[in-house]
Amino acid sequence: MFSILVIAISQWFIPIVFLLLIIYAYYREVKVFEIFTEGAKEALTLAAALFPFLLGMLVAIGILRASGFLDLIGQRLGPILNFFGVPAEVLPMALLRPISGSASLGVLTSLLHEYGPDSLIGRTASTMQGGTETTLYVLAIYFGSVGITRYRHALWVGIITDLTAFFTAVWLCRLVFG
Amino acid sequence: MINTLWLALITIGIVYGILAGNVSQVTAAIFSSAELAVQLILGMVGVMAFWLGLAKVAESSGLLEKSIRIFNPLVRRIFPSVPSRHPALGSILLNLTANFLGLGNAATPFGLRAMRQMQSLNPCPHEATDAMCTFLAINTSGLTLIPTMVIAVRAAQGSQDPTEIIGVTLLTTLTATTVALLVDRLFRSKGRSR
Repeated sequence: MFSILVIAISQWFIPIVFLLLIIYAYYREVKVFEIFTEGAKEALTLAAALFPFLLGMLVAIGILRASGFLDLIGQRLGPILNFFGVPAEVLPMALLRPISGSASLGVLTSLLHEYGPDSLIGRTASTMQGGTETTLYVLAIYFGSVGITRYRHALWVGIITDLTAFFTAVWLCRLVFG
Repeated sequence: MINTLWLALITIGIVYGILAGNVSQVTAAIFSSAELAVQLILGMVGVMAFWLGLAKVAESSGLLEKSIRIFNPLVRRIFPSVPSRHPALGSILLNLTANFLGLGNAATPFGLRAMRQMQSLNPCPHEATDAMCTFLAINTSGLTLIPTMVIAVRAAQGSQDPTEIIGVTLLTTLTATTVALLVDRLFRSKGRSR
């Protein structure tokens, strides 16, 4: 029942938001189509800017995966992780997500490519990527931009939050899709 | 940091690949990964364009400004050290809304503006204030309604249902954000406030 509800909300959400938003905007005399296309145009520049970072990370992670190193780590840590119900394949995701958004996006892509986006591993990795942020990067640019060097408890809060998100993602996905 | 990380990934991969006798797989992986990056970007452009278009419509309709007025009391409760009607509150709300809607590229400029405005209230300029710590606790917990990038990647990889993870992602991020706010509050009450 719970899983049906969660999946139903996921499927209904986007079309409903889309419809309500453009009806509202049209009512407010926004030239909806013109404004929409104006916004959509930015995607090409963004994708072009993202491409080299994605390529660099995908190559590095591709090398690491092909070398068999991640299998070794997975084998060593596998039993411990399995004890907590965590599939060993998502370990690189958990390790990279707080450090680099593009690196973890690369890991996500290769996991989806290998195990399929609709597998439990694929869904768990997707939830990990979507349900948390690149903690270190966010702290570095936000604090860096105003010249703050003493983060106080912000780093610890970030690390505790990341751990919470990973275990929540794993357990929820098992509950809903498992 | 990212440079060291990149170097480490490649060095470990190639050295271990040679030692484990997987050199040919490593070579193949270099080029197949590069090709994958191209496929991925092309698959993503469409989804990204859709969301950016929709975001622009939401902005032009005045919906963004309206939600700021509605959520003002809530934001005041989370950031008690920021005076009422201070401009930082508006920037904070815009940043959280953009994050919540999965508009990472819109969230960053609002977030940096919020930090600058909070810095103007800071008595020790090199040290984070309570409000900044709370703000970054929420930001690092990744409070997002629609994980657009993930949906785009899933679609590009041929998922039967790319959006099915929205529900669990939302529950995950809500749990993480709640924990972040509680832990932040705990640290704050233990230390001296500033």
